[in-house]
Amino acid sequence: MNNNNKPYSDIPGTTVFDGDMARIGFHLNQFCMSLMQESNRTAFKQNERAYLDKWPMTEAQKSAVIARDFSQLIALGGNIYYLVKISSSDGLSVAAAVSTMTDLSVDEYIDMMRRGGRSPEGNRYVVNKTSEEKQ
Amino acid sequence: MAKITCGLGTSHIPLLGHIIDKGDSGDEKWAPIFDGYQFTKKWIREQKPDVVVLVYNDHATAFDMKVIPTFAIGCGEEYHPADEGYGARPVPTVKGAPKLAWHITESLIKQGFDMTIVNEMDVDHGLTVPLSMVFGEVEEWPCQVIPLAVNTVVYPAPTGDRCLALGKAIRAAVEQFPEDLNVQVWGTGGMSHQLLGERAGLINQEWDLAFLDDLKSDYEKLGAISQVEYIRESGTEGSEMVMWLIMRGALNHEVNEIHRHYHVPVSNTALGHLIYENVDKKGE
Repeated sequence: MNNNNKPYSDIPGTTVFDGDMARIGFHLNQFCMSLMQESNRTAFKQNERAYLDKWPMTEAQKSAVIARDFSQLIALGGNIYYLVKISSSDGLSVAAAVSTMTDLSVDEYIDMMRRGGRSPEGNRYVVNKTSEEKQ
Repeated sequence: MAKITCGLGTSHIPLLGHIIDKGDSGDEKWAPIFDGYQFTKKWIREQKPDVVVLVYNDHATAFDMKVIPTFAIGCGEEYHPADEGYGARPVPTVKGAPKLAWHITESLIKQGFDMTIVNEMDVDHGLTVPLSMVFGEVEEWPCQVIPLAVNTVVYPAPTGDRCLALGKAIRAAVEQFPEDLNVQVWGTGGMSHQLLGERAGLINQEWDLAFLDDLKSDYEKLGAISQVEYIRESGTEGSEMVMWLIMRGALNHEVNEIHRHYHVPVSNTALGHLIYENVDKKGE
């Protein structure tokens, strides 16, 4: 899910929300934006599929919204600040939504944060280069 | 004449707003976070700023994917707290400072900063959480606010150098305003955090603390940090720290750091907070 051939393509586990992602995610993010309104949140919850069908999103984007698959939504152009509008309307904390993108459970993730978070050591480059050792 | 007296940096983590709005900020569990603002609450009551230029980023609230201004300045009379998906925060309406804001805007554009002018928008946690952390729970915010929204959501954000230069231009603009006003500039956001991907939860305390050290005197060095370096070292959302550089640029070269607070974690994020007072020198 990395952005290829860009100065940030060698950062592991990270998708930078650049112009390419913004283009493919435009309608997905605008759908998320609509959930800022109470009446839209209600309509979405009543029938998620019908609400999503009003938006010119791809089938993969719609399925990933219904599955609350945040990793997939990021890969399909979703931006995290837009996506948390889905999890907020579900009543989930940002940490709960974010943790689903990692290999940790919510509790394990929160515990990692309490212990100081994920270390940058070994997480700067996809393949450890000499510049990692320089740090 | 109007004068910038102080600068303040603080994270604007939404959880802080949730805790305050639930009435839990006095809970012992959160003391390591809120104790670091006790000094600030007392200090601000003595300082009594007339206007705060509050630099923050909008989190897909007033601006969606339709329009994404890199630098936007609020020239409106007032701004309502936004419904970010769970109802609006129960905090006072933010009063603008339209006369000063228009003066700053005109000056900035003439100085080469092509600002986007906003007369009506709702403000999200990026702006209201810093107000709550500094002023506490109040009936009315005790000062006027000029919102200055910076795009840090869509890559690329403005460069650190450009943010420092914008800060300097704001200072020049404020100093030409004929009314006697005590103006503060606040830079908000950060510190290290990443909210997406397998690398989510990244925190780099060493990086954050070095940033806080360098911000006082070696801020030109910080201006040269690229967004890619911020992302690699301090997480995708760590690049919000350029907003603190606008605050730093708006102050004199010489400042006194009168307060600092750093705590990990608040939710997904490293919390940073500091206060600078301008050292007055002739010619500055």
